[in-house]
Amino acid sequence: MAQRILLGDEAVGLGAIHAGVSSAYAYPGTPSTEILEFVIDHAERHGAPHAAWCANEKTAYEEALGTCFAGRRALVCMKHVGLNVAADPFMNSALVAIHGGLVVAVADDPGMHSSQNEQDTRWFADFAHVPCFEPASQQEAYDMTREAYEVSERFAVPVVMRLVTRLSHSRTKVELGEPREPNAIRKAPVAATWVLLPGNARKQWKELLARQGAIEACMAESKWNTLHLNPSRRDLGVITTGVARNYFRENLDDLGWTPSHLHIGAYPIPVEKIRELAAHCEKILVLEDGYPYVERLMRGVLPGTTTILGRTSGELPPTGELDPEVVRTALGLPTRPSVSLEGLILPNRPPQLCQGCPHGHAYSAIKEALAGYPQTMVTADIGCYTLGALPPYSAIESCVCMGASIGMAKGAAEAGFAPVVAVIGDGTFLHSGIAPLIDAAAANANMTVMILDNQATAMTGVQDPLVPSSRLHDIVLGTGVDPEHVIIVDAHPRKVHENAERLRKEFDHAGLSVVIAVRECKVAAKKRSRLAEAVV
Amino acid sequence: MRYDIVLSGVGGQGVLSMAGLIGRAAVASGLIAKQSEVHGMAQRGGAVQAHLRLSDVPIESDLIPRGGADLILSLEPVEALRYLPWLSPTGTLVTSANAFVNIPDYPPTERILDRVRALPHAIVVEAERIAEESGDLLAVNTVMVGAASHLLPLDPVSLEDAVKSTFARKGERTLAANLTAFAAGRKAAS
Repeated sequence: MAQRILLGDEAVGLGAIHAGVSSAYAYPGTPSTEILEFVIDHAERHGAPHAAWCANEKTAYEEALGTCFAGRRALVCMKHVGLNVAADPFMNSALVAIHGGLVVAVADDPGMHSSQNEQDTRWFADFAHVPCFEPASQQEAYDMTREAYEVSERFAVPVVMRLVTRLSHSRTKVELGEPREPNAIRKAPVAATWVLLPGNARKQWKELLARQGAIEACMAESKWNTLHLNPSRRDLGVITTGVARNYFRENLDDLGWTPSHLHIGAYPIPVEKIRELAAHCEKILVLEDGYPYVERLMRGVLPGTTTILGRTSGELPPTGELDPEVVRTALGLPTRPSVSLEGLILPNRPPQLCQGCPHGHAYSAIKEALAGYPQTMVTADIGCYTLGALPPYSAIESCVCMGASIGMAKGAAEAGFAPVVAVIGDGTFLHSGIAPLIDAAAANANMTVMILDNQATAMTGVQDPLVPSSRLHDIVLGTGVDPEHVIIVDAHPRKVHENAERLRKEFDHAGLSVVIAVRECKVAAKKRSRLAEAVV
Repeated sequence: MRYDIVLSGVGGQGVLSMAGLIGRAAVASGLIAKQSEVHGMAQRGGAVQAHLRLSDVPIESDLIPRGGADLILSLEPVEALRYLPWLSPTGTLVTSANAFVNIPDYPPTERILDRVRALPHAIVVEAERIAEESGDLLAVNTVMVGAASHLLPLDPVSLEDAVKSTFARKGERTLAANLTAFAAGRKAAS
């Protein structure tokens, strides 16, 4: 049998390829980025499947849905907060009759290594009434992705693959199966099942609910949900989901015995197996890398006879990532001896902008231009440039969600604050900045938008922009901004002073200005020159 | 057999390429390897670590438990000390002597190195000097893998083969420099 060393993300990508996907779409976002990177690389070598980065997660999702509408299998990938952007097509696609399988691979980030929250996608799958797989290993990531397509076509619903950072970004050997041929093109046989007019939608919603029993039975009986009862001990049972199982097993040698154990890898939750475990044990410890999802479903609101231990009762911390140590403590084991750090205080080393990064030069100009005003506000967005919130720049004051910089600046300006500057990167602008810019242009809001155009989605590993710099200017003009106040500057270190003067003029303009600061990301430039050399 | 390694350094120094060399040698030697990495925001000029677990039986956790590491292999002395809570009392710390100062409150390097040398099992390697003498300043990672080669549960030939397969496509000079760097790193820690 063929084997490959794969990241958890890559295992999902290859699982989808071997399940016969025809198209894969995504917007990059840590820790999910490597799924589509892998599929793109495969497509470049083998000519298929079609794989492309999209403007945002919503467009990616809709493009995947179109592939399914044509009867073929599709993959769409995103990080957990990306699913918020794609929530509209996600929730509604649960109601259409999917006949070409759709897998939604979502990588959560417990512990927020590279994210603004740690929301748990299992709630989202539950909310949409669709099945969800949660792999514990790279092998399971591959196998479950393949199975997810079968489940999707069997029940005519999208299926979620929920990953977490540690699995996404850990690599090991994976055994591969035989690739399956892609589906032939076959348009949805009954158009009405895709036209969610109220009359049809009511019918589709009822049908989705009617299918829940069969979906629950299929997932509950799945081989990924395994129950082992320990006949000689009734004091403690353990439920693990996804990678929590690894941390639990890691500590079993030191625990010295094996508690009764239910592992959950397929959702909806296996209700009967949970009841069977509860009937056998006085206490149940629930270990989940993410929100206490299973734990909360088990607790409900009425008193029960089983004591449930977990994140909400304090045996595990309420926030953050699980690891072998956290699980060890929850199992009542003492910390293992290690080498002492006693008396040693090490300085933190937070991430920072690269040496000579053009964002740094743009921030220097903004700070110089803002000096002297009695009050100033700089809203910002998500990308490498968010690091400008940290010293030595300390130049930006907000980071909430993709595109929020522009909308928030408009709201603050309309509340009477001045001057207000919104800082957004070129990738984020294309993702979610155009719509709020239309709002700001329509109102001619008293604010300045600064687009940091480094010609790359850099933070996630330098993906090429969908639109070259030269066309950003046209897009901005197309939203209706006064052409006299759409300015292009070069974010060159020697032009900081000149750019600051130019910015100051726009800050003093009582209306909307857009300044596009252009200079290629240094990492992108290096990568592109390396690729160019390789071609020669 | 199980052997757990915490690899550390600063984003951009090549922690992952160091892990890759050892991982490839382990897999070629028939061992199971699991390598947990840091990608994304945390990578940019900040503290970076990777966990590499080698075993002849299946590995459960992608993360090494605290107090469980047999080896800390670091490209930077402060980043080596940062992961001491992961080092087993019988484990060894192997670090480059060269400080990477990109923060304002970096402590005096000698104080950090004294602290390293005071550990029960520690090896400090003049990695930059050795890399330069080997003919490629960028070969610091390979020097450090050479320095750790006495401790790893791998035949040094398998590590040398991994160096060859990794650098063969990067030109003869780079390959030769890395093979020299591996041997010199190994010698420096003997």
